[in-house]
Parts: sequence; structure tokens; C-alpha cells
Amino acid sequence: MRQFVQGIVENNHQATHLLQILRQIQSRFHYIPEEAIEQLSGLLNIPRTQIISVIEFYSFFHLTRRGRYELLISDSITDHMLGKKDLLGYLENKLAVAVGEVRPDGVVSLDNTSCTGMCDQGPAGLVNGYALTHLDHSSIDKIAELINQQKPLSEWPSELFQVDDNIHKSGLLLNQQLEQGAALKAVLTRGIKETLTEIDKSGLRGRGGAGFKTAMKWQFCSEEQQTERYVVCNADEGEPGTFKDRVLLNTYADQVFEGMTVCAAIIGAKQGFLYLRGEYLHLHDKLQNILEQRRRNGLLGTNILDAGWNFDIEICLGAGAYICGEESALIESLEGKAGIPRNRPPYPVTQGYLGKPTVVNNVETFLAAASIAVNGGDWFASIGTEKSKGTKILSISGDCARPGIYEYPFGVTVQTILHDCGADDVLGVQVGGPSGSFISDQEFERKLAFEDLATGGSFIIFNTSRNILDMVHNFTHFFAHESCGFCTPCRVGTSLLQKQMDKIVEGHGSAGDVVALEELCQLVKNYSHCGLGQTAANPILTTLERYPDLYQNRLKEISYEPGFDLDGALETARRMANRDDAGAHLAQIEVNEHE
Amino acid sequence: MSKTITIDGKTIPFEDGQTIMDAAMAADVYIPHLCHQPEFTPHGSCKLCTVNVNGRNCSACTFPAMDGQDVLSETKELIDDRKKITQMLFVEGNHFCPSCEKTGNCQLQAVAYHLNMLDNHFPLFYPDRNVDASHAEVMIDHNRCIFCALCVRASQQTDGKNVFALSGRGIHKHLIVNAESGLLKDTDVDVNDQAVHICPTGAILVKRTGYQVPIGERIYDHQQIDQVSLAASGSRPVATLPPSLAVGKEHPKHGK
Repeated sequence: MRQFVQGIVENNHQATHLLQILRQIQSRFHYIPEEAIEQLSGLLNIPRTQIISVIEFYSFFHLTRRGRYELLISDSITDHMLGKKDLLGYLENKLAVAVGEVRPDGVVSLDNTSCTGMCDQGPAGLVNGYALTHLDHSSIDKIAELINQQKPLSEWPSELFQVDDNIHKSGLLLNQQLEQGAALKAVLTRGIKETLTEIDKSGLRGRGGAGFKTAMKWQFCSEEQQTERYVVCNADEGEPGTFKDRVLLNTYADQVFEGMTVCAAIIGAKQGFLYLRGEYLHLHDKLQNILEQRRRNGLLGTNILDAGWNFDIEICLGAGAYICGEESALIESLEGKAGIPRNRPPYPVTQGYLGKPTVVNNVETFLAAASIAVNGGDWFASIGTEKSKGTKILSISGDCARPGIYEYPFGVTVQTILHDCGADDVLGVQVGGPSGSFISDQEFERKLAFEDLATGGSFIIFNTSRNILDMVHNFTHFFAHESCGFCTPCRVGTSLLQKQMDKIVEGHGSAGDVVALEELCQLVKNYSHCGLGQTAANPILTTLERYPDLYQNRLKEISYEPGFDLDGALETARRMANRDDAGAHLAQIEVNEHE
Repeated sequence: MSKTITIDGKTIPFEDGQTIMDAAMAADVYIPHLCHQPEFTPHGSCKLCTVNVNGRNCSACTFPAMDGQDVLSETKELIDDRKKITQMLFVEGNHFCPSCEKTGNCQLQAVAYHLNMLDNHFPLFYPDRNVDASHAEVMIDHNRCIFCALCVRASQQTDGKNVFALSGRGIHKHLIVNAESGLLKDTDVDVNDQAVHICPTGAILVKRTGYQVPIGERIYDHQQIDQVSLAASGSRPVATLPPSLAVGKEHPKHGK
């Protein structure tokens, strides 16, 4: 082991590479052994506590041994809609291992994981980090057999790992595959300043959801009095229900890298990073090859296009933390730390990676910027709405005939989208993922645009057979699981929201519990440190506003109900007393009097 | 002309580089806080010092003061919500004030009194947390940790060590210490380290000093935390110092 760790560190000797180093150790040993922590602490010259806090922060790192086959099943609501619960039970049986456990022989471990970004081809999962799609009984039979035979992943049939693009509707951006280098040549011809003017003219706004004007961000960063600057592409696509960046990086990666290089030329950066979510490990080698090819073709590295530009891009993999999609948490993660959002100001454009001015943009933003560099600002601004220029690429999943990728001009109505993807009998749509809003069937004339429904691209459709509270329950658990725990309102509040939702959904709620729920929502929303906490209550708030009766109907007609399962709380006592008679059980309420 | 902000209508001068909290403390205005101590880099995690600036909530301890800011602090809404945030800190841990050595000297308890907190409001979590009594002179009772990171910062910034760190995610956040065994006895902590004396609650205690100051004669037994805090910041005559500022000394006797 010493040699293995020594070998990795020789290639990555900086503490900023801690995540990448830990990924390799986890992958080799299926946990991070104590000796490795000790050794890394010495080699990287960082306290062991920093290493432990990173291991305990990211879902894909473990201090105790996981199975040689680490199997994770995606817990997105879309996976549930495709029968995930039944499959998980089937898997438990087939592999003889319970969820959350390692099989005694150490061969396999099974657990849940947050949305893996395969909502259009679920139920999905990961085996040793590699994406599995279209899980069903027959593929599980096959997987169980392969695991029990301890076949290396390289010998597993490739169809288990097949990931499709599913592009069903192309527009301005997806219709046009730029020739490699076209955008950079355009910048060279037009001029750097003039290109920024075109991007400004295009009206391009950040595609991650917040919608900050791209040209303005780049301008601010370029004006900082610093010599070192960085470009970061945020491919930590963790919002459940979104998977467009996966497709863009699979099929349009060259153009995304080109957009980053255009940005580097404009702001004067020499180093860029693609922060790729750990769940997209399957794309890693392909992307490395594209970067290598671009270097060979003089489009990356030193003296790009003989124009004297120096810029290179490094790919950094995440390790299972939704919060790293928040730009300052992402930067912390790039620096080899736990992904805890920073206090702002200062913003990343003034103090980002290693304290230097940094532009962080979404994958789609860089893709659009490359196209704008070639085609000009007017080309992009000619479509869309007044405040939302151009197109938006959507990830559509849930109850529809054709889930996948759709590109629309901004201003498109929900109704049009539902028609195009073949959705019937629709109850409502979750726009923008769990942190967005739930739209009821009374609102299908609403438009996707920053001035109405702003979205990072997640679009999950629910038909009338679905139970809205199941969805809210899933989303609320998601946020509690993904809260970084830094600030009180989110750390405690998201767990309290989870408890309160469970109480109501499980039928233990009584009069006053919905009011208490709403009050708690406002507290978490108004006082949390970052966007995660500020939006964690949205699933409850947006459905409570539209379907108050759904919540009220779950309440008991009594004035008070204990907030926990009384009988369940006695379980430990029963075990210790070795009793299970009637006298050792309690009814939740005085049933006879009240019902 | 010097730059000013207003807090609840009162005009307050500030210098460039000061946060709203810095300006407020210098001007004798108390904003409730637990994770903040002026001598350390602000953390901004407890959120008790949330104020409303030009219509937007932000943490006074991290947000820079800027000319012309209209800051609201003692509004009914903010006071009510600060109380709820304090209640959150109580329910996520195991805080039993009557049996805690820190009672009367505890800032969490004192803030709760200041905000007139009379119950827990939220359901209790009853987390299963350990006590680390391995060290000869210092103990950690994890039941009382509120993750303010003051010990983490004091250890790094004053003691020049790295004894403490926060680890884990979400509600599983916990304090860890820098030793292979995970025990305090195997760290390089010293009883005279500032990190040992900075804890606002009873999570880090010095052994064999319990009850040297009787209950009833402790810092917050007769004075509200706002008065003590302002005295400590130097803007008021010093009556008593919180234990955090009395490193290596006997706990000061309370003078009425």
C-alpha cells in the first residue's frame, strides 16, 4: 500500500489534488485505510484532520471497507417512478446483501446514491463508479452472476454500461457542430475585445439557473488587478432530473472546451478546470483524449494558434456531493477540501481558485459562448425573449413517451414541451429540479424564461397516477442528505423538514403540523448560507401553495399526536428486556376513544 | 467625512475593511452571535447574527460594512427567528443545562435567555454522541458541540496547532481531533491552549475546575450576554470577562 500511495502522490504532489488522490485509493482498496491517511498527511504536508474531513464529506469516500464491487442505485424520483424500489429489493435478494451493508465475504456492497443523471434511461446505478442504465430483473440477474463470479468490470458486457444521448429536439446550438478550432479562429480574426462585445450583444446569461450575464462576469474578472486567473467549467450536474451536460460532454465536448478557451483568451487565464461530477466517470477517458487531441492540434497548451495564447485544461472528478455545484463550494473542492460554500463577498470573479480571479460557468454556457464567437451576438439574440436570449437545453424525464434532450428558444410554453415529448394525462411538472418549482396542470401556459420559470434544465413530468407527497418526500430527504452542515438553519432545518414531512406522510401529523411545517420552511429559506438551504423548502412550499388539501388530508382529526412512533421507540427496551408481549407495546394514540 | 451605516436607525461610523459586526461592536450595539469572536477570522455559520441589509438577509459577522447601508437588527421578525435558530442548536444536540458544568458561563444558554427562549419548539434529535475523557486535563463532551469552529480557529490561529477540525456532512457534522486514535490524549493539545478555553458551550472543559465558581455567581447569572459581550469588546467598562478572554487565569469572580 505504501508504494501505491507513494506512486500516486509522485504524479499529484499538491494538496489541491487530494480528491483525485483519494479517488484512486478508494478505487484500489474500496476504502481509505488509516495508513494511507497517515502517509498522505506527511507527503502532502496537511493535517490528517483535513484528509478525514474530506473523506467524511464526500459520499464516494469511505473510512471503512466497502465491497470489491461497490454497487450504488440512483435514488432520484425518476428512478422510483421506473420501479427502483422493487429492483432494490430484488438486488438485495439476488446478491444476499442489505442496502447500506457489505456482504460478509467482502465481495459486494449495496447502497443508495443521489440522482446519477440517467433519468431518461433509468433505473440507474453505479458499479465502482461506472454508470449502469436501464436496470431491470434480467440485467440484475446478469450483474449478480458477474459479481458472484468476480469478473473484472472490463469483462462485463458493454450493453450494461450503454449510455444514450437521446437528443429528440435540436435548435440553434445542437444543430451546429462547430469545426474544431472554429471559435478560436473567429476570435483571432475579430479580436478579443470585439468578441466580448459580441457575447455581450448576444445577451447570454449563465445556464446553471441563476442567469448572471456571462459577458459581465468575464469583464469583471478581466478587470481584476491580478496576473493569475482561472476558468472553471461546472460539470457537477447534480440537480436531480438534469442530464444535459452529460450529453453535451459526450457529443459536443470539443465545443465546450473551445468555449473555455475563448473565455481564457478574453480574461487572460492560463489554466482551466473541468469539474466533472464523479457520477460521470464513464466520460473521463474520452474527455482526456479530446484534450490531448486539442493539444496536438495547437488548440490547447502553449502558443495556441500561434497567437501567443497559453492555456490548458485539467479534468477534476468530484466524489458525490450535490453542494459542489454551488460555485464557491466547487472551488473549495477543486482546492482539495470539503465542498463548503464560502462567505460572499468576495465573489469568485475577484477571489476564486487559490484566491485568484476565477470565472465559473456552466457547460452549456461555454458551449453557447463558442457558438456566439463564430456566429456573432445578433445570431443568438435574434431568438428567445426580451430578457432571455437564445435557447435553453432541457433534460426531460418522468411520465412521457420520449424522455431525453430538447432544445427550445426561451419563451416556450410548458404545454408545447409536454406535447413534443409525448406526455398525456399530466398532473404537473417539476421545473428546475427539486430546488425549482412544481407547476400544476392549471399553469401549462407559463413560459420557460428568466422572467417566468427560470430553470437549469431539469423538467420532470408527473402523470395523474402519481402521488405528489411521494415526490416531496423524496426531494426533502435529498436535501437533508446533501446539506453540507455548515450553517445552523440548513444543517438542522433540512433534517427537521425531513422529520416533519415523514410525520405527515406516515399519518402521525395532527392539527397545527402543516402550519409548523410552513413556518420551518420559511426559516430554512430565509436564513440559510447558500442556495441549497435557500431552495431546500421549495418542494414543500410550491406544492403546499397549490395543493393545501393534500397535506391537510393526511392529518389526524385529533388535537395532538406524538411526533414520533411511540411503539417504535420502545424497540431497544424490548430487545434489552427480551420481551415482546402485549404489555411491552404501546398504541400511538388512544385508538378506541378517537376513532 | 467618515463613512456611516445605520443599525435600526442609529447612525454608526465604520472604517473600510470592517464588517457590520465590527462596526456594531465598536459602537456599543449588540447583535447576538455564537460562532464569532473578533480575534478570529469570521466563520458565519451559526447565523444568529443575521441582519437585514437593504432588504436582504446576511450575516453581520462576515458582511462588509458599506457606506449608506440600512441595517435592521432588532425587528420582531429577526428576534423571533434568532430564537428559532437557537432552538435548532438546542434540539440537534443534548443540552441539559441543569446538569452541565458550564451553566451560567455558557454562551448558548445566555443567548437563549437573551432571546427569551422558553422551550425547545422543535422535536429533539437525541443524537448518540460520545464523551472523550481520555486526556488528563481536558475533556470533550460531544453532546454539547454546536460546530461553531471557534476551537478549530483558535488552535490554528493562536496556538499554532491543528488539534481540532469539523468533519462529516449535514446533520452528521462532528468535531474531530488530530490523532490516529481519534482521542484527545494523543493530540498535542495543552491545557493552556486558547482552543481549550474558547468553547461557547460546555463541549470542551478543563478537568478538576468544575464548580470552582458556584452556580449563581457565574458570568451570565446576573448579567445579560449583550452587556458582557460589549464589555469584552472594549466599548464598555470591563465588569467581567467571558472565560474565552481569561485564558490561563482563574475564572474571574463575578462582581455585582
